[in-house]
Amino acid sequence: MNTMNPSISAEANMRGKAAAISVPEDKHKETVVENKPEDTVIEEGKTVGKPFTADPKFKLRNVDVSYGADRAIKNISLDIGRNEVIAFIGPSGCGKSTFLRCLNRMNDSIDICRVKGSLELDDQNIYESKRDVVELRAGMVFQKPNPFPKSIYDNVAYGPRIHGLANRKSELDDIVENSLRKAGLWNEAKDRLDAMATGMSGGQQQRLCIARAIAVSPEVILMDEPCSALDPIATARVEELIAEMSESYTIVIVTHSMQQAARVSDRTAYFHMGHLAEVNKTDTVFTSPQHPLTESYITGRFG
Amino acid sequence: MTDQRSQAETVRYSLKRRYRTERRFRLYGILAIFIALASLFILFADIISKGHTGFIKTTITLEVTLDSGMMYLDDPADEDQWSSADFKAPIIAALQAQVPEAASTAEKRELGRFLGTFADSEIRDLLTENPQLLNTTQTIEFPTHDRVSVYVKHADNPRYSIKLSEQQQSWVDELLEKGVIDTRFNGVLFNRGDSREPANAGVLGAIVGSLLTMLVTLAISFPVGISAAVYLEEFAPQNKLTDFIEVNINNLAAVPSIIFGLLGLAVFINLFGMPRSVPVVGGLVLALMTLPTIIISSRAAIKSVPPSIREAAEGVGASKMQVVLHHVVPLAMPGMLTGSIIGMAQALGETAPLLLIGMVAFIVDVPDGFFSSATVLPVQVYLWASSSEQGFVELASAAIMVLLTFMIIMNALAIWLRKRLERRW
Repeated sequence: MNTMNPSISAEANMRGKAAAISVPEDKHKETVVENKPEDTVIEEGKTVGKPFTADPKFKLRNVDVSYGADRAIKNISLDIGRNEVIAFIGPSGCGKSTFLRCLNRMNDSIDICRVKGSLELDDQNIYESKRDVVELRAGMVFQKPNPFPKSIYDNVAYGPRIHGLANRKSELDDIVENSLRKAGLWNEAKDRLDAMATGMSGGQQQRLCIARAIAVSPEVILMDEPCSALDPIATARVEELIAEMSESYTIVIVTHSMQQAARVSDRTAYFHMGHLAEVNKTDTVFTSPQHPLTESYITGRFG
Repeated sequence: MTDQRSQAETVRYSLKRRYRTERRFRLYGILAIFIALASLFILFADIISKGHTGFIKTTITLEVTLDSGMMYLDDPADEDQWSSADFKAPIIAALQAQVPEAASTAEKRELGRFLGTFADSEIRDLLTENPQLLNTTQTIEFPTHDRVSVYVKHADNPRYSIKLSEQQQSWVDELLEKGVIDTRFNGVLFNRGDSREPANAGVLGAIVGSLLTMLVTLAISFPVGISAAVYLEEFAPQNKLTDFIEVNINNLAAVPSIIFGLLGLAVFINLFGMPRSVPVVGGLVLALMTLPTIIISSRAAIKSVPPSIREAAEGVGASKMQVVLHHVVPLAMPGMLTGSIIGMAQALGETAPLLLIGMVAFIVDVPDGFFSSATVLPVQVYLWASSSEQGFVELASAAIMVLLTFMIIMNALAIWLRKRLERRW
C-alpha cells in the first residue's frame, strides 16, 4: 500500500512574508503555527492519513471535477470501505458535496460539470455504466427533505414501481412497510399512508426520504447534510437511524456539524479548497489531527 | 448628545415621508383597480343595454284559415300549384280580420308589410309536412318584420328610426293591445344560422363554427406546444441554435394576428389546396397563433418546478424520461393549462386572420363538420355590426354577450382545473 507523504508544501503567504512550515515524516506534530492556516497551500493529490482501505466499496483515484473553468475537486484519491460510515467535513465550498454527488453521478444533470479520473463501485467504473443503475445502487438523501407531493405510500413505492421490484400489490406493500420500519417511521405513518407526505413534520419528511432511498435496496446511501434543516430531536433520530443502517449499508455523509461526524462515522475525511487534506479514523481526526488545516478547522479557528 | 437627537429627528422626519410615499403608492393601486373595474362595468352595461333586446323577438299570433281557394292550392299533389300558390293571402286575411278598418287593397298591402319576409314559407312548410291541415283553421305564430319589431321595442329610442306610417303605428298599437302582436324570448337566436332577415338570424351556426374551430386549435396547439416546451426546457442542449429558437418563439408571440391569416391563406389554401371558409383551416391558423403563448407559459411552468423534486426522483434511479413524465409535467400541468386556456380564449375572440381565409362568408347553414363552410362568433359580430338593417344592431350586441359568456365559461374552467390540479410542495 502506498503511504502518502504527509509533508506539506508550504508556500509564501500573500503578503510576501515568506514563512515555511514543514512537518517531518513519521512525526505527527506540526511545529510552526505562526502562519495563518488559511494561507497553507496543499500540494495536489497529497492526503494525510489513511485514505485507502483493504476491501473498498468505492475505489476513487485521481478524481478531478470542474465546473467550466473552475476546478472544484483537485486530484482526490480515496477508498470508501464496505459497510462503513464515512463523514465528509470541511468549510463551505470545499467540494465535499460536489465529491459526494460524483458518487452516484448526480452531477451529470449540470451541463458544465466535467468529471475526470477513475471512480469505481465494486470494481465497476461508475461513469461507464448506466446512470440510472448507479443511482439505483447509490441512493441519495438531500439537505432539505424533498418528498414528492404525493401520499406517503406513493413516495416510498415510487422507486420500487419504476424499477419493477414488486410484481404484486402485496409485495409492494411489504417493501413499503419494511422501508418505513427501517427508517423508524412505520409507527407514525402506518395509519395515514394515504396522507400527503408534504403534510408531515420536517423530521418525519427526512426519515420518509430515507425510507424512499432504501426502498430500492441500494448498497450505498449518500447523505448530503441530512440534518441541517432539522431540530436536535429529529437530528438525534436520524443519527440513530444511521447507526442502525450502517450494519447493512455503506453510508457517506456530508456534514457541517463536527459533533455529528464524531458521533456517527467510522472514518472522517477533511476537505479543503477542493483538496482532500486528511482522512483517518474518526477518533484520530478529532483527537490528534495530523494536518494543520484539520486541526485549525476542528478547533474552530476558521471555517 | 445633540448628534443623537438630530439623528432621531432626521429618522422621524424621513419616517413621515416614507409613510406618506407608502400611502400614496397604495392610493395609486386602488385608483388603478377602480379604473379597470369602472371600464369593465361601462363595457358590460353598454353591451347589455344594447343587446338585451336581441334576446326578445316580436311575433304576430293569428288564427289562419288555410283556405285552398285563397291560396290557389286546390290539389296538393300538383307540383306546379305548389310553386305558384299564394301562401301569404290567408295570413293577410287573418290579419285584416283583427284590423277591420283596413279594408282597401292598399291598406291590406300595408298590413302585409308587418309580416316577416319568411312568413309565407312557414305556411308552406306546415302544409308540406301536414297536407291534411288544408282548409282547417290553425293558430300560428309569425315573426314580424324588422320595422315592426324596431317600433315595438325601440319606439322611445332616438337611435332607431321608425319606418312605419302614422296609420301603421296605430294599427300596431291596436294589435299590441289585443295581444296579437307580442314579445317573447328569441329562441331563433340559438337554433338558427345567419339570415338576411334579423327575425330569422341566429348564432347557432357561429357557435358550432367556433366550437369546431376551437377543437382543431386545441387538438393541435396543446400537444405540440407542451411537447415543444418540455423538449426545450428538459432535453434540448443549451447552444446557439436553441437560443435562436427561443428568441424566435418570443418574437412569434408578438406577430400581429392578421399575418397568421396571410400565412394560412398562402400555405393551407393556396399551397395545400384546402377549401376556404372551413373550420379546419381556421383552427390550423389559430393554432399557429396560439402556439407561442402555450410554449412560453408552459416553459415558465416547467421552470417553476423545484429542482429538489427532480433530484429526489433521480436519487431513486428514475431516468430522465421518468423524471419528466412522472414529476415535472404533472407538477407543471396547472400552469400549462392556464397558459393554454388563455391562448384558447385569445383564439376564440380572434377575427382578423379568419377574414383572410374566407370565414367571413355569409353562411346560413349550421356547419355539420370540420370541412363544411362556417363562420365563428367574433366574425358573426363583425358581420352583423356592419349590416345596414337596424335589427342586426341589437343582434350583434346579443352575439357579443354570447361570446363573452363563452369566454367566462372557459376562464372558469381554467380556474377550476388549476385549483383541482394544484399541489403544494
